[in-house]
Amino acid sequence: MEATEVSDHAEVLHTSTGLDSRKLAIWTFIGSECMFFATLISNFLVHKQQWLSGPGPFPHQAWTDPATGKVMEPIIEIPLVTVGTALLLFSSLFVVLALYGAQKGRRGMMLGWLGATITCGLFFVGMQVYEFTHFVHKGLTLQRNLFGASFFTLTGFHGTHVTIGVIWLITMFVLALRGQLTPERSLKLEMAALYWHFVDVVWIIIFPVVYLIK
Amino acid sequence: MATTVLDQHRVHAAHGEKSGLWSWITTVDHKRIGILYGATAFFFFLLGGLEALLIRIQLMKPDNNFLTPEAYNQLFTMHGTSMIFLAIMPLSAMFFNFMIPLLIGARDVAFPRLNAFSYWVFLLGGLYLNAGFLFGAAPDQGWYGYANLTSRQFSPGANVDFWNMGLQILGVASLAAAVNFFVTIVNMRAKGMTMMRMPMFVWMSFITQILLLLAFPVIAVALILLMFDRFFGTNFFVPAGGGDPLLWQHFFWIFGHPEVYILVLPAFGIVSEVLPVFSRKPLFGYAAMVFSGAFIAFLGFGVWSHHMFTTGMGPIADTFFSLATMLIAIPTGVKIFNWLGTMWGGSLQFKTPMYFAVGFIAMFIIGGLSGVMHASPPADTQQNDTYFIVAHFHYVLFGGSIFALTSGAYYWWPKMFGRLLDERLGKLHFWLMLIGFNLTFFPMHFVGLNGMPRRTWTYPAELGFERLNQLETLGAFVLFLAFSVFLVNIFKTTRGPRNAPADPWNGATLEWAIPSPPPEWNFQEEPVVHGRDPLWELKRERGGRLAEPAPGTGAGIHIPNPSYWPLVTAVGVAGLFVGIMLSHKTGPWGIIVAVSVLFLGIFNWVFEKGYSEFTTPAHGGH
Repeated sequence: MEATEVSDHAEVLHTSTGLDSRKLAIWTFIGSECMFFATLISNFLVHKQQWLSGPGPFPHQAWTDPATGKVMEPIIEIPLVTVGTALLLFSSLFVVLALYGAQKGRRGMMLGWLGATITCGLFFVGMQVYEFTHFVHKGLTLQRNLFGASFFTLTGFHGTHVTIGVIWLITMFVLALRGQLTPERSLKLEMAALYWHFVDVVWIIIFPVVYLIK
Repeated sequence: MATTVLDQHRVHAAHGEKSGLWSWITTVDHKRIGILYGATAFFFFLLGGLEALLIRIQLMKPDNNFLTPEAYNQLFTMHGTSMIFLAIMPLSAMFFNFMIPLLIGARDVAFPRLNAFSYWVFLLGGLYLNAGFLFGAAPDQGWYGYANLTSRQFSPGANVDFWNMGLQILGVASLAAAVNFFVTIVNMRAKGMTMMRMPMFVWMSFITQILLLLAFPVIAVALILLMFDRFFGTNFFVPAGGGDPLLWQHFFWIFGHPEVYILVLPAFGIVSEVLPVFSRKPLFGYAAMVFSGAFIAFLGFGVWSHHMFTTGMGPIADTFFSLATMLIAIPTGVKIFNWLGTMWGGSLQFKTPMYFAVGFIAMFIIGGLSGVMHASPPADTQQNDTYFIVAHFHYVLFGGSIFALTSGAYYWWPKMFGRLLDERLGKLHFWLMLIGFNLTFFPMHFVGLNGMPRRTWTYPAELGFERLNQLETLGAFVLFLAFSVFLVNIFKTTRGPRNAPADPWNGATLEWAIPSPPPEWNFQEEPVVHGRDPLWELKRERGGRLAEPAPGTGAGIHIPNPSYWPLVTAVGVAGLFVGIMLSHKTGPWGIIVAVSVLFLGIFNWVFEKGYSEFTTPAHGGH
C-alpha cells in the first residue's frame, strides 16, 4: 500500500509560520490563478460588446440573419445555468461538511458529503457540456464571432478547472474508501477543498459577468 | 584546514551511489538542481551570445549580405527570447535554488520534487523553443510577438508556434518554481530569522516570486489566446475578425514590465550580498532596501503602457504611465544610494565579485538614466524602435543583471564547487567585459538618436552609421573574449585542487558556516539566528574567524528521496504542446497520450514515498 507511505512532512519539519507548507502552497497557487482568470474575464469583457465582430447568434438579444432573414432568439438559457450555479455553490458547503467528517473521523459523514460534492461537480460539468453542444447547434462556435471565442475560452477554462477538481475529489474519495483519510491526514482533503472553493468563487464572478449583465 | 577539506572529500566519496547520470536525473537536491539550472542556462546564454555575434557581423557594414533578412529576424528573436527566458531568468533560478535554502538555514526547499519538475520543464521548454532551428523555422516575430505579425496570415509557418508553445512550457516551470520558493521563504526559515532579518538576496528573490506568480498567468492567457487564433480559428488578435492587435500589447506588457523586475531584482539582491562583505560593513539602510524593492515591484504593475506610447493612447493615459514610470526612479535611486552608503567608509576589498558588483552599479545607473529619458512620451516618440532603446535595455539587463549574476558566480562559486575561481583571470574577465560591453552598447545611444531603426537587417551606406556600428561589432568580439576567459577560468579551476575553505570571504550569512561544497543535508544542526548578519555576530562573539566546520554524518536527518516522476510529469507537460502543434496531422491522439503521461506522472508522484531518514552507508545505506 504505497499511499500509506506518503509522508506528511509537516510532521517532519517545523515551519516558520506554523502553517503547513502544502496548505500555503495551495493558497499561493490560488493567488496566481486569480490573475489567470482575471485575464480571461478581462478578455471576455473586452469582446462581449463587439457586435460588429462577426455574425450572431448573440447571447441576450435576438438577431436577424441578413442572408436568410431568419430571426434567431437569444441563446443563453439562464434557468439552466442557474441550476448549475446552485449545484456548484451547494457543493462548496458539502465539501466543508466532508472535511468536518474527515477531521472528526466520521467516515460515513466524510464519504457521504464527498460523494455529494463529486455528484454536484459532475452535474455542473454535464450542464456545461450540454450548453456548449446546444450553442454549437445554434451556430455559436469558437470561430463564429468574438463573443463565442471569449465565451468558450473563459467558461471552458473554468470547466477544465472544475473537471480537474472532480478528479482530485474522486482521488480523495478512493483514499477515504481505503481508510487512508484519517483525521491526521485530513489536510489532503482540505487542500482539495480549498481548490474547490476557489473554482466556485471564480464561477460566482463569471456567472453574473457572462449571463446576467447584458 | 587542509585535513578538514580532505575529510569532507572523503565523506562525499563515500556516497558512491550518489553519482552518475541516473542520480542527476532523479535528483531532488536543491544544490544539484541549482547546478543543473546554472549549466543549462549558461549553455543557452552562450547560444544567445553566438546569435548576437552573428547579428553584429551582419551590421558591421552597410548593405551587408552576410545574413538573409529571414535569418536575421530569427536571430534577433531568438537572441532576445533566449537571453530573457533561457539565460537571465534561469541563472537567477540557479542562485534561488542553490542559495536560498542555505541563506535561510534550511535543509532543502519546501517541495524538492516540485523543484526537480521545474527544472525539467524549463529544460524541455528551452529545447522546444530552439527546436525551430532544426526545421529552419525558428521564431522570427520578435520576443514581444506583436499581433498581427503572429497571425496565420502573416506567419503561416511553424516559427511562431515554436515560440508560443516554448514560452507556455517555460511559464509552467516558472510558476511551479515561484510557488515553491515563495513557500520556502515564508515557511522554511531558521529559528530566529524573522522576515526583517532575511539576507537581502532572499528578500529580493521573495519579491521576484510574487512578481512571477502575478505576471506569468497573464502571459499564459495571452499565449493561449494566440494559440487559439492560430490553431482553432478564433480572431482575438485578428482585425479582420473584429479582434484588436493592441489587446495583445496590453496583455504582453502587463506581463512584460513586471518581467523586467523579475530579471533585475535578483541581481539587486546579489549585489546587496556582495557589497557589504567586501566593504566589511553591514548593508546600509536595510529596511529602506526592502521597502524600495517592494515599491519597485508594486509600481512595476502600473507602468506597462510606457511600452506603448506610440500607439496613440491619448494624453491622459500617456501622462499617467509617464508619471508612474518616472516614480520608479525614486525607489531605484534609494537602492543606488544605499549601495554607495554601504561602501562609504568601509574597508573595501577589491576581489573579483566586488569588481563586478561595482561595475553593476555604474552600468545600471547609465541604463536607469536613459530609462528616465524615454519615460517621457515626447522623447519616447523620438526614440521608440531605434537603437537608443536597444542601448537602454542592454545597460539594465547586461550592465545590470549579467554583471550582478557574474558577481554572484564569482562570490558563490567556492560555496557551490569547493574551488575558488582564479582572481587574475577573474579581473581580466571583468575588464574585458566592462570594455567590450561599453564598446558594444554605448555607441548605440548615438546611432539610435540619429535614427537607426532596430530589428532591421541592414542599413544604407549614406546614413553614416557605419563607423559606430564597426565599433559595436568590435565590442561584441571583446565580450566574446571576456566570456572565453571566464570559460578558461572555470576549466582551470575545475582541474585544480579543492582549495576553498568554508568561509573564503569572511562572509556574514549562514551559507559560509558550512563546508564548501555543503553536504547533502546542508546543516548538521539547524542554525539559530539572532540578527541580520548571523555569521559576523558569531565571529564577533567568538573573537575571530571560525574553525573549519565538519560536514557531520547526516545521521538522523530527513532527506527527500530521489524520484523520476517529476521528469515523467515534465515530459507530459511538454508533450501536451507537441500534441497541440501536431494536432492537424495526428488529431487529438497526441494530446490524449500526453495528458495520460501527465496524469501517470502526477499520480505516481503524489503516491510515492517522499521522505526517508538519511543514513550513512556505514548504517546500511538507503
